[in-house]
Amino acid sequence: MATRPKSAKKAPAKASKADMLKFYRDMLLIRRFEEKAGQLYGMGKIAGFCHLYIGQEAVVTGMQACLKDGDQVITGYRDHGHMLACGLDPNGVMAELTGRIGGLSRGKGGSMHMFSKDKNFYGGHGIVGAQVPLGTGLAFANKYRGNDNVSLAYFGDGAANQGQVYEAFNMASLWKLPVIYVIENNMYAMGTSVERASAEVELFKRGISFEIEGEEVDGMDVLAVREAGEKAVKHARAGKGPYILEMKTYRYRGHSMSDPAKYRKREEVDDIRTHHDPIEGLKGQIIEQGHATEDDLKKIDNEIKAIVKEAADFSLESPEPDASELWTDVLIEEGAR
Amino acid sequence: MSVDILMPALSPTMEEGTLSKWLKKEGDTVKSGDIIAEIETDKATMEVEAVDEGILSRIVVPEGTEGVKVNAIIAVLASDGEGVSKSEPKADAPPAKAMNAAPEQPRAKVMADTSVPEGTTFTETTVRDALRDAMAEEMRRDERVFVMGEEVAQYQGAYKVTRELLQEFGERRVIDTPITEHGFAGLGVGAAFAGLRPVVEFMTFNFAMQAIDHIINSAAKTLYMSGGQMGCPIVFRGPNGAASRVGAQHSHDYSSWYAQIPGLKVIAPYSAADAKGLLKAAIRDPNPVVFLEHELLYGQSFPVPDGDFVLPIGKAAVKREGTDVTLVAHSRMVGFALQAAERLAAEGISAEVIDLRTLRPLDTDTVVESVKKTSRLVCCEEGWRFFGVGAEIAATVVTEAFDYLDAPPIRVHQKDVPLPYAANLEALSLPNADDIVAAAKKVCEGMI
Repeated sequence: MATRPKSAKKAPAKASKADMLKFYRDMLLIRRFEEKAGQLYGMGKIAGFCHLYIGQEAVVTGMQACLKDGDQVITGYRDHGHMLACGLDPNGVMAELTGRIGGLSRGKGGSMHMFSKDKNFYGGHGIVGAQVPLGTGLAFANKYRGNDNVSLAYFGDGAANQGQVYEAFNMASLWKLPVIYVIENNMYAMGTSVERASAEVELFKRGISFEIEGEEVDGMDVLAVREAGEKAVKHARAGKGPYILEMKTYRYRGHSMSDPAKYRKREEVDDIRTHHDPIEGLKGQIIEQGHATEDDLKKIDNEIKAIVKEAADFSLESPEPDASELWTDVLIEEGAR
Repeated sequence: MSVDILMPALSPTMEEGTLSKWLKKEGDTVKSGDIIAEIETDKATMEVEAVDEGILSRIVVPEGTEGVKVNAIIAVLASDGEGVSKSEPKADAPPAKAMNAAPEQPRAKVMADTSVPEGTTFTETTVRDALRDAMAEEMRRDERVFVMGEEVAQYQGAYKVTRELLQEFGERRVIDTPITEHGFAGLGVGAAFAGLRPVVEFMTFNFAMQAIDHIINSAAKTLYMSGGQMGCPIVFRGPNGAASRVGAQHSHDYSSWYAQIPGLKVIAPYSAADAKGLLKAAIRDPNPVVFLEHELLYGQSFPVPDGDFVLPIGKAAVKREGTDVTLVAHSRMVGFALQAAERLAAEGISAEVIDLRTLRPLDTDTVVESVKKTSRLVCCEEGWRFFGVGAEIAATVVTEAFDYLDAPPIRVHQKDVPLPYAANLEALSLPNADDIVAAAKKVCEGMI
């Protein structure tokens, strides 16, 4: 069963009406997009690996609210939510999932490999933990250039056991690099629970021997995420070096589409969905505080459904890449596109 | 309005499955995310979640049905129509035109002339200093270039290749790292994604095995996987191959490993001039470059053209012209091939020596043209024979110049054992000029 973090006992984080409605909308877009991706996978339109972010929406939504233009984001393979949060076009993301030319990587990357330099989204990486040194390198570039940008490197409780994570922690702290490590602890690395894989299950403590401050956050509460994120970003932006945020979150779906989820009980999933769902939780607060009515929110729901429907239609109408695409983009050549 | 619920594919390989159980019955209200049925696949029993909302109006496939094809209609959902995303797509684009085979790979571009213009002055320089000068010149030229690695700064380089860079460029641009190859290679790749131009030194390429995931999966593949968006202008450099009496773990030649990877450029120079001209080109290149140096060449001196000497990547050099046999080599083996050619000349065999200089892209044209003239080929490399550089060269020549060959190509290479420590065994294991002479004589047997 998910243990709720201590931070949940703190006074609830506050937000303006506009912020709350934006977060609701952003989280709902991710939720509906992922449901549609799951559906298209079921129809055989999306193939290979497809890792859905359903349940974890509050993490990227809250963290993205702490960033400014020029800040960078990098993550692992459960990345659709991060892309949407960074403002990547849902049509382009969905068309990449279906392997079409309209996809963000022209159909050559797939679910785990999308990028956008314009939006400062650096992927989408399929090797567990690789994004941690890479994200530290983005922070290195910020420090090298002397700007005040920060990078967010997201990784899961599984990646938290990779050796390269600690190599990166060491250098980031040694060189005071402006990076925030966001550990999305959804309790299971594929089918292995944190307790079965980690000697120290409180992952926010993993930075102690590198003198990196860490904090546990209720990752199912978007306002708590933002509050913690702002503190961490402020720390990194001020030149004080890296910061670790352990987001206690939960994924409702399997690790990937082909996960029978026998390692956990249905009741566990149902309990989180019923009592800790990030979207339902925020919705309750919005209504309770009088920021919107059920009908107002229904309007947002329908707008989101329309966006997702358009993305799905685009992803199926866009043609497969031309055969000539096979040979392009292997190397940057002068005169190439 | 109604929506069809289709039999979902629940794994990359699933084509059909058993609808083992319905968890909702006709007339039930279904919300997005509700578990509506259980399906047994070839791998496991999986739960099916509803995507749309509405009332389950009809179950088409009863529970217990086996062999239900993916995408068959299993139930119908009635909805108020509001906000329902119809599961049937409007129009699926037709699959791209069926092709019997992939389109032909475009040929590499013809490279620029690499000859040195008349009137050029030269300075005798060691390979070590040529590499150092290349980095220093490029760092002066481009503020984005920085050097990082173990002992590159205060220690002045484990092999003194980065000597005095710290003094000139300071610790912002010449960075000592912890002993953490996997981490700093990844950090370098991230910095390159962000637009800097890292030169990452591995104390030797043996230690880069710790980092090879970032060299290949992060640096080499990302441009392609991003549809051309995310370039990675980085140089990974350091000594490669056998040094002297350092044992198997410190003596590995990785030429063929890296040369196999699309998305990388791989350079392995012999002379100081090539080391300088190609390292400068590597630093300016927008792609990830693996630059394989050789510890036993660092102290050797060669004439290096003065001034801003940059060579094109991907062009082999004919180091000695000949008519009877083509000796192809790279890195330190070029020296042995030149010695062998000298000795062969004394025995009446005219050997042409080709220095590949770059392993990817591989200049096979120069090799094939040479073999068309000599009709005989010896491939020389310091590494093992299996799946090696020589195997690739020989196969290419057999394919492209089969009718010109008068003898089967022969490969000269390290013996198929981990490199031994004992002086006599090490010498027996590594290829040298004697081996090349013997191989050349063998392919020239029966030559008139």
